[in-house]
Amino acid sequence: MKFVSKVFSLMVCFCLVAGSVFAQDTLKIGVAGPYSGDLASYGIPTANAVKLVAKKINAKGGVLGKKVEVIAVDDQCKPELATNVATKLVSEGVVGVIGHICSGATKAALPIYKDARLVVISSASTNPALTESGEYPNFFRTIAPDDAQARLDVDFVLNRLHAKKIAIIHDKGDYGKGLAMMEKKFIEESGKAKVILFEGVTPGAIDYSAVVQKIKRNRPDVVMFGGYHPEAAKIVTTMRRKRLKVPFIAGDGVRDVSFIKVAGRYAEGVYASGPRDVSSNPEYKEALAEYQKAFHGKPGPFFENGYAAAEALLNAIEQSKSTKYEDIVKALRTKYVSTPLGKIKFDSKGDAEGVGFSVYQVRGGKFVEVK
Amino acid sequence: MDYFWDLFFSGLTRGSIYALIALGYTMVYGIIELINFAHGEIYMLGAFTGLIVAGICSVLGLSLISTLVLAIVIAMIYASAYGVTVERIAYRPLRNAPRLSPLISAIGMSIFLQNYVLLAQTSKFVPFPNLIPDFAFMQPFEDFIGPSELVIIVVTAVAMTVLTLFIKYTKIGKAMRATAQNRKMALLCGVNVDHVISMTFIIGSALAALGGVLIGSYMGQINFFIGFIAGIKAFTAAVLGGIGSIPGAVLGGLILGWTESFATGYVSSDYQDVFAFCLLVLILIFRPAGILGRTNTKKV
Repeated sequence: MKFVSKVFSLMVCFCLVAGSVFAQDTLKIGVAGPYSGDLASYGIPTANAVKLVAKKINAKGGVLGKKVEVIAVDDQCKPELATNVATKLVSEGVVGVIGHICSGATKAALPIYKDARLVVISSASTNPALTESGEYPNFFRTIAPDDAQARLDVDFVLNRLHAKKIAIIHDKGDYGKGLAMMEKKFIEESGKAKVILFEGVTPGAIDYSAVVQKIKRNRPDVVMFGGYHPEAAKIVTTMRRKRLKVPFIAGDGVRDVSFIKVAGRYAEGVYASGPRDVSSNPEYKEALAEYQKAFHGKPGPFFENGYAAAEALLNAIEQSKSTKYEDIVKALRTKYVSTPLGKIKFDSKGDAEGVGFSVYQVRGGKFVEVK
Repeated sequence: MDYFWDLFFSGLTRGSIYALIALGYTMVYGIIELINFAHGEIYMLGAFTGLIVAGICSVLGLSLISTLVLAIVIAMIYASAYGVTVERIAYRPLRNAPRLSPLISAIGMSIFLQNYVLLAQTSKFVPFPNLIPDFAFMQPFEDFIGPSELVIIVVTAVAMTVLTLFIKYTKIGKAMRATAQNRKMALLCGVNVDHVISMTFIIGSALAALGGVLIGSYMGQINFFIGFIAGIKAFTAAVLGGIGSIPGAVLGGLILGWTESFATGYVSSDYQDVFAFCLLVLILIFRPAGILGRTNTKKV
């Protein structure tokens, strides 16, 4: 009897091992992005990151007892190719896709994934409409959308500085005016404050005292600025010399040490938003070390975003113990995962919470994050 | 009404700087009929020289006033040397060439000087210390006009008065007027024309350097490209006032400064340049030679 039970248990064990080998049950995840053409340098880091995550997880025994297999396909950032590669990934039977990189390609491919009920997590597509239109409930991203900065600045001005009357100045450029227009739109939508001045200045003019007089006359609670640091330094200097002490807040074009160097003591107290620094995050350091072991040199753009996207997807499958679309989506929205970008989960639209920009203030000649 | 005076003084400040630079354009044009496109770069070189002198003075621990005076004087001397050298290298060999040749040579000089400073100094904006002290007696007026603005306006006014007197009452001034009227005749009468032309470049460059140091100190930053926009605006001012005419350059500079300032204040700063150039077009339609320019049929 004893012998029989021993043999039986051995057989059971054997069956289990054989089962996991013979069912060739791997968990396939797709990666799509440009791996050839002029934009290849934007796509390759994400693909490398996903492979590193898969290797790390496989070394620990995989997800739900299955090994992770990465299928990378090249869309060259072209919308017409993106639809082809999306169809290919769907027919391969992937459980989720990391990608695409360029917003245009992502937009073209999304309807195909939506019909196939596949989760897509992009590491680089920043077009606001991808999440905000609400058309793609299967779409998530680990990068902040283009308008996140404007949203953050407006939120800060309304809720932390409690401004009611806001002056917005921009430099008429694509970046500066674009940021200023979004800020204006968000302020008007909030209904909490009024934009009392919206003016463009010419970069490189010999002085800005006339526009500063105009700001002074309109008595705003806050001055918001869209543009780069040379103009910001000139305007802030002129404002402070004319004893106009209202808070001044600008975007990442101003969060540069040369702003502080040039504006000197007048820079004190100026706010500027900028990408959140993740380089001191231990998870980021780990990912970087893994990269340098496997490849060489610097990982390139969107590496940490791609790494976070892969970790988020695999974590969601692990946590929900399922590869079903509904379960993965639910887990992505509710379960935190720690990534090189920090601890993240996704909001109902698909943007990662806690990813993106922070507001900094010049204090003692340095940019200090405002908590 | 306060707002009006705010804009008035900010326009006057800006206009004064335009006028200082415009004088260089107009004097050179008056004498050799050349648009000296490298003039904006002389202004930029003046600002950089002022910055270097200010740095040395602060190491030596000199007072603010003496630093300002030294920076201005040395920048003026240094920029004059540049102005004369540019004339010797780029314009004098082409004196009898077709009129387009020196013009192209001037554009070449402008590009050369910009890149020279870019390579020798830096491409970034560098901070310029505020050299103008906060005068105690200015306190009650500071809402309208700051100490820097007052210094710019006063220094410009003094420089222009001195220049007018110089041209009117000195021997070399007389020689300049003679050369401007008719170079060949002046030569025949024994005027050293080359000397007069050099003198013109010295005065024009010195005034531009003065403007460069003052605006550098006022704005707190300079880079190698500041001469371009300042040069374009000053050239506009010179044309507006009547190129070749010294009071015209001053008037043109002030009108341009006020137009920009009031357009910003009462309309929108987006349209500041639109107003400035519309005014230029309007004036040139009714007075093709500029406000104070004399139509010289012979030159057409």
